[in-house]
Amino acid sequence: MSQMNNIVRVSGVTKTFDLGRITVQALKGVDLGIHSGEYLSIMGPSGSGKSTLFNMIGGLDKPTTGKVFIDEVDIAQLDAYELAWLRNRKIGYIFQTFNLIQVMTALENVTLPMTFAGVPDDEAAEKGLNLLGLVGLRERHAHKPMELSGGQQQRVAIARSLANDPAILLADEPTGNLDLSTGEEIIALLKSLSSERGVTIISATHDYKMLNVSDRVVWIRDGRIDKIEERDQLKITLGGIGAKEY
Amino acid sequence: MAQKPPAQRPFAPSGEHVARQVRLPMGKSFEISVKSLRVRFSRSLITVMSLVLAVAFLGFTLIGHDVAMGLLASGSASLQSELVKAGFDLAPGRYPGTYEVAASAKDRWIVILSLLVCAVGIVNAQLMAVTERFREIGTMKCLGALDSFVLRLFLLEAGMQGLAGSLIGALIGALAGVLMGMARFGFAALKYLPAADALASLGIAVGVGFLLSLVGVSYPALVASRMPPVVAMRAEE
Repeated sequence: MSQMNNIVRVSGVTKTFDLGRITVQALKGVDLGIHSGEYLSIMGPSGSGKSTLFNMIGGLDKPTTGKVFIDEVDIAQLDAYELAWLRNRKIGYIFQTFNLIQVMTALENVTLPMTFAGVPDDEAAEKGLNLLGLVGLRERHAHKPMELSGGQQQRVAIARSLANDPAILLADEPTGNLDLSTGEEIIALLKSLSSERGVTIISATHDYKMLNVSDRVVWIRDGRIDKIEERDQLKITLGGIGAKEY
Repeated sequence: MAQKPPAQRPFAPSGEHVARQVRLPMGKSFEISVKSLRVRFSRSLITVMSLVLAVAFLGFTLIGHDVAMGLLASGSASLQSELVKAGFDLAPGRYPGTYEVAASAKDRWIVILSLLVCAVGIVNAQLMAVTERFREIGTMKCLGALDSFVLRLFLLEAGMQGLAGSLIGALIGALAGVLMGMARFGFAALKYLPAADALASLGIAVGVGFLLSLVGVSYPALVASRMPPVVAMRAEE
């Protein structure tokens, strides 16, 4: 159960949202180990609790009960500085809505995490340009997010998430706001990052295109893990699901 | 599993990893806030406008008083009688036998009231401006920004807005005050204007405006900086 190569370990996590009169239990006890270097997709319908689980893994939200370990460190024990350090160095975030800082250029967006990490300006700029090159936007580095298309913005966001060479890349519905072909490009980019750089990619999604590239898929239903499928199991079931989607 | 040595913080600085901390140097914060102000120039202008007006009024009143004091100190009887005719009250001064121009209670209250209104206006404008930027704040926190980074950025922006606004306001107010005095008393108003006192008045006006701007932003900025990233990101833009 608790192998040492688990980069993320979720143990008995529940999350209850108190909405005044009613309480909603979004997660009802989730146990999950995520291996270093794998491409994991968390699948599930809206309201299944996948975004909540995703936020827990990213240290963006605290579980009501249970623990989340990153590199076998319980993140509930971290103080504000350590948590900020974790978000800065260890984890890269990619969001459905891109969340680039609108007043900054593409390059400034990419270099901001490096600034927080204390990287000198010229070094950060050089690395930022290389990262933008990696996602194919090197010559657009001076553009503001508003001057870029959705797919391009997501590419900048991916470049930004890689700024401090994180071990984990968390992608929350990365293709949710993109059209089919742009989404496929983004997925291909994520996959190549996973295989070439050995980054652990954890992606919450309900995009079935993601299944093709995932090493494992975790199906969440009603706040619990429904099933976990390995890549080879997946190919068998894919036909049926794919037919629904396309 | 329990191989973690006790009494050591996780991710604590240890040998090879020297500084496991995030930072935002002052120069960089300054750069970011200047950029942010420049991009949102018209927005900042609105925020600053009420400050400019309030500080201008304060500066006008203070300089008006200086002008009157200068005329009083000139020792010319005709100017002094003109002063009284113009509605200034003369009160016994600090030393026996001297007089000074009394700042009327009404003037004082109007100035205080205008500053209060201005403070409310700044809080309102800054609350709006900060709310618009919730997503940006959440994003920055996800990238590793501490609460203090966010707070510092907002304070820097407000400080610059405050400084610019109160400088402009104080200059406008002082100019208006001097012109008003010259319209009433002729060139003598400028001739007898005590430069040191006038400068002090300008300084007071700028200082009050700057302080007001910082006080006005502190509550919205504090709320925003303490917000957990998920909540900030969930907010609609």
